[in-house]
Amino acid sequence: MTTLTEATVKNDLSPNSDLQVGSAARSVATSVTKTAAKGPQAKEHSSGCGGASGSAQIVQSLWGALVRKLFIDHLALWSAFLALGADVFFTSSGRHPPVDRPYFRYFLYVTIAIFIIWPLIVKNKPASLEKFRQKDKFYAAAFLFLNVLNLVTGKFTLLPPLFFPTPDRILSILVEDFTYLIFDCLAGSAKLLLTGFSCGALAGLITGIAIGFSKPSAYWLNPMIKILGPIPPTAWIPIVLVAFPTTWTGAVFLIALSVWFPTSVMTSSGILNVQNAYFEVSSTLGAKRLYQIFLVGIPAAMPLIFTGLFSGACSSFLTLMTAEMVGVKNGIGWYINWQREMLAYANVYAGLIIIALSFYSLITLFFKIRDRVLVWQKGMIKW
Amino acid sequence: MAGSPDTLTQAEPVNNTAATAAAIEQSLMQQELKPASGPAPLTGSHASAAATTGVIVIDGVSKVFTHPDGSLVTAIDNVSLTVKAGEFVSLIGPSGCGKSTLLRLIAGLETATSGTLELDQTTINGPDADRGLVFQNPYLFPWLNIQNNVAFGLRARRVYRWQKESVARYLELVGLGKFGRAYPHHLSGGMAQRASLARALINQPRVLLLDEPLGALDAFTRMNMQDEILRIREDKAITMVMVTHDVDEAIYLSDRVVVMTPHPGRVETILTVPFARPRARNNPGFFQLRSQILEILNFAGHITEPPYQI
Ligand SMILES: Nc1ncnc2c1ncn2[C@@H]1O[C@H](COP(=O)(O)OP(=O)(O)OP(=O)(O)O)[C@@H](O)[C@H]1O
Ligand SMILES: [Mg+2]
Repeated sequence: MTTLTEATVKNDLSPNSDLQVGSAARSVATSVTKTAAKGPQAKEHSSGCGGASGSAQIVQSLWGALVRKLFIDHLALWSAFLALGADVFFTSSGRHPPVDRPYFRYFLYVTIAIFIIWPLIVKNKPASLEKFRQKDKFYAAAFLFLNVLNLVTGKFTLLPPLFFPTPDRILSILVEDFTYLIFDCLAGSAKLLLTGFSCGALAGLITGIAIGFSKPSAYWLNPMIKILGPIPPTAWIPIVLVAFPTTWTGAVFLIALSVWFPTSVMTSSGILNVQNAYFEVSSTLGAKRLYQIFLVGIPAAMPLIFTGLFSGACSSFLTLMTAEMVGVKNGIGWYINWQREMLAYANVYAGLIIIALSFYSLITLFFKIRDRVLVWQKGMIKW
Repeated sequence: MAGSPDTLTQAEPVNNTAATAAAIEQSLMQQELKPASGPAPLTGSHASAAATTGVIVIDGVSKVFTHPDGSLVTAIDNVSLTVKAGEFVSLIGPSGCGKSTLLRLIAGLETATSGTLELDQTTINGPDADRGLVFQNPYLFPWLNIQNNVAFGLRARRVYRWQKESVARYLELVGLGKFGRAYPHHLSGGMAQRASLARALINQPRVLLLDEPLGALDAFTRMNMQDEILRIREDKAITMVMVTHDVDEAIYLSDRVVVMTPHPGRVETILTVPFARPRARNNPGFFQLRSQILEILNFAGHITEPPYQI
């Protein structure tokens, strides 16, 4: 009942009818109060509005509810249908190389199926359902974007076809080159990134802990960090190319360097900012130096350590891509560069999509781990 | 550290400059501090016991701090004090008179510029688990839940036997039995302070040092905590030294009240609280002691009529 009235109010555009309804409701309300001493007035008011204006209101509110239930609550689905309709309705300009299969249409079928089935799967989980509903508008906009992209490339070719391939082409490369892209290029990049990141993070933690807990280390390491740290890792490329036996080890070094700097700075400042009282308390509880370092200093510095690791991760992505485009003969960055040289822009976009998805997954994983580790922080905890 | 009878005889008060106040009767207190007849109480035994260890001897201790600008500040000057086994001593005095400094010296967090500090005839050099310390701020480790906070001392000393049982028992002792899995930011101020008390007590220290432990609590929580501290003292027979700003609290809890004065920090007077335990909060005798302390601290200036008449 309440949703109906709400819908009416929102969809009612003319102030005049509003006034009418208002006065009609008032007269009904007064008659009700005359007959029944204190009845459920609100109920009577919305359902029992007699006369012509009353039935018009019912129609209007039903219509509002219908619009809401069918359309506004499922914008993404409608946007996907719109894209599908446009793809079917308009014929291609023919200025793009043809593809074997209509991959964009397949993609839309799959998404439409997901958007219909998913709410049914999570029907009994209000949290997941709410999360899904909340992102509805965003997905709607995304599908609209893809729709427009499809129209301005494949259908009307308003952009140069060489640099702006159709969604069909990009998807076809993702599908047809899948094994090569994932098991050769992405795996190569992942190996390089993980090796470099682990080395850099470990070195950064060790340096940061040393600076945080030992005066002599701080004396020697601080100036080094201050001088070497701000140099962009890629500026070392000329030296790295001659100093390392292989470009791969050189690239590992560069990535490690880009993780090392923020990690060590944040770790040391995290440890130095731990309130001394925590160390005092732990020492009166019988904790010796080593125990204090690992069970007081480091846990207390964890929030800042994670900040350091995060910015290290971001700059390691950058270094990885640069290293692959400059020297390493493998990986997704190298693939993109290679395809660009061959003017195969659909492949370039496919590579970019893979990079985006994998870095997105890595960052998501990172935040999941952080939330798990820092569960003690105020406001982060959920239970 | 099994205490021998000589520990106790040796532990008679070292009279300092202001020994005059010690003239107040001490018989009741002496009676209470008879040496234990049996062996030291077993871990967590709930039988009331008298302490045989935990004798603190402070002899001519001074502490001079150097400020960043190079100036010297004498925080405490030639302080001598002996705290008997199982005694409850309060340090009271205006801000800056060196109460915290004295406590930190006993804890081993500061080193004395001159003079010596001993616990059970062993020189104090550095913090150790035999002297527990509770601050005004509970300083619970925020990354550990309450039971891990309480277990910290045991783990730091690599005591793994009966760890779980001890933690549960000490949480129960301070009335936090159900909150072991909560994180510190879930607790109220009073609960957090009780947790930090449990954390200090689980090491079974011979001495518990309390630096305004109840200063941040509201009046009711405060009174509850005072009784809780007394109960624990009764139970575990621990020597306690407490810094407080609250004269009533000092009188209610203590066997002796050490009144200090600043610039430089000195022991002005040591007053014995002669009332038997358990004490009533409205004991009329408290008032006289109270006005005596306030007079020493120059806060009783405008009382014109005799303070206490029946
Ligand atoms: N770490 C330090 N460095 C320099 N000066 C200090 C230090 N700690 C204490 N002091 C000085 O020593 C004096 C006594 O300080 P203390 O903290 O012991 O006083 P207090 O009696 O505990 O005061 P309050 O009641 O305010 O807590 C003060 O003058 C203070 O400035
Ligand atoms: Mg203080």
